[in-house]
Amino acid sequence: MKRIYFDYASTTPLDKRVKKEMDKCVFGNTMSLHSFGQEAKRVLEASREKVAGLINAKPNEIIFTSSATESNNLALKGLAFKKKKGSIVISAIEHPSILESAKWLSSQGFVIKKAKVDKYGKLDISDIEKLIEEDTFLVSIIHASNEVGTIQDIEKIRNICKKAYVHIDASQSFGKIPIDVKKLGVDLLTASSHKMYGPKGVALLYIREGLAIEPLLHGGGQEQGLRSSTINLPAIAGFAKACQIAKEEMQEESARLRKLRDRLAKGVLRIKGSYLNGHPKDRLANNAHFRFDFIEGESLVVQLDLAGIACSTGSACSSIKLEPSHVLLALGLKPEQAHGSLRVSLGKETTEKDIDYFLLVLPKIINQLRLISPFKWNTQKK
Amino acid sequence: MEYTKKVINTFRNPHNYGKMRNPSGIGKVGNPVCGDVLWLYIRVDKKEVIKDVKFETFGCVAAISTSSVITDLAKGKSIKKALEITKEDVVDSLGGLPNIKLHCSVLAIEALHKAIEDYKKCKK
Repeated sequence: MKRIYFDYASTTPLDKRVKKEMDKCVFGNTMSLHSFGQEAKRVLEASREKVAGLINAKPNEIIFTSSATESNNLALKGLAFKKKKGSIVISAIEHPSILESAKWLSSQGFVIKKAKVDKYGKLDISDIEKLIEEDTFLVSIIHASNEVGTIQDIEKIRNICKKAYVHIDASQSFGKIPIDVKKLGVDLLTASSHKMYGPKGVALLYIREGLAIEPLLHGGGQEQGLRSSTINLPAIAGFAKACQIAKEEMQEESARLRKLRDRLAKGVLRIKGSYLNGHPKDRLANNAHFRFDFIEGESLVVQLDLAGIACSTGSACSSIKLEPSHVLLALGLKPEQAHGSLRVSLGKETTEKDIDYFLLVLPKIINQLRLISPFKWNTQKK
Repeated sequence: MEYTKKVINTFRNPHNYGKMRNPSGIGKVGNPVCGDVLWLYIRVDKKEVIKDVKFETFGCVAAISTSSVITDLAKGKSIKKALEITKEDVVDSLGGLPNIKLHCSVLAIEALHKAIEDYKKCKK
């Protein structure tokens, strides 16, 4: 059976060109004085330069880490440990690595406040303004939602943050939309390699020059003392290659994906009792997010998988906690509505044929699940 | 979530789904907020044997497959015997369920009990 991957927001396959770059990577330890070490050091710094180039940062502003989760932890805890007390503003639709770090910091005496979003997932700027107080040292916002794909107006948010530093979690947007850290005015930025066709196990934290934070890992002093650990050079070299490819191909690829995504959304929304979640315009070009009346998302995802199509859902039944997605609830959806959600995220290997196959299969599956469902049109209004 | 082959097969081809006209009893359990709703219909004959069972379910793979299994297990049994069906019987028929989905088997048993209760009430 042909398999179609529609879960690029979860992770992406490795680009062949990236793999090639990793294969030819040297093995030396960047901390060694001998030629093997110096060779490795050169690869590391050349990689750093490429990665920095994608977001208009200086190479020395880039710290390599092992994951976006680590970068998010380092941004929040690293700055909190430096400041010792005060409050942090985050949004209601953050990734668990921000939510849980913030929750833990609140157990350590920091005050955490959550800004609301509207029904499209856009942050309420006036709400953030109200939440920022004299002691607020950090505002941390997800740049593009990992679930519904909504993109935030970071410049506007930056403008109202006054003294507070701004961190953005750009795990989903990095490599997909142009990002200029200087123009956005952000102080910290998280990005991940495996969301943009690079290898897993490597990510970055951009830290604006002059901003001091505390490390989470102490040891040999790598990465300017902010992230001790032997450098994972093949992964970093791969990440850099993925950044270089993204820089060259982003514009064209994003236009192609937008066209495919719009075709898909148009087709899906022809199904009775289907709705688009997230912002109609300000969203990632590869993201489509729907909800369907009367059916549950896990059943839908498993049926699609049996037909060879890989998607994801924000339904409680598919999560370990058996709770519906906090993002969908923050958008104002009721739990029973969040259960019927489906995220379709496209990528490099997606073709028009894939979209058409999906549009052929999906209505049949939805009909079948609705036949089984006790809820029908006469009992509930659209 | 790792489901057994039996769960997936049952989920793909569930038995006895749909509405029943003039049932002898209906058992409605679950809550749309939690993501599982199961409606179970039974038809009982004069000898108190469950002649027919149907279900309608809003829920996950486990909810749909346990619904199908409970209809198969109850069909043809006297109501006395049907009340002896346990959640373990349901889980065993499916070759096991992931731990966090075990509550779905409880839901199926509850629906059957409620439907039988409803039948008894209507009879009076």
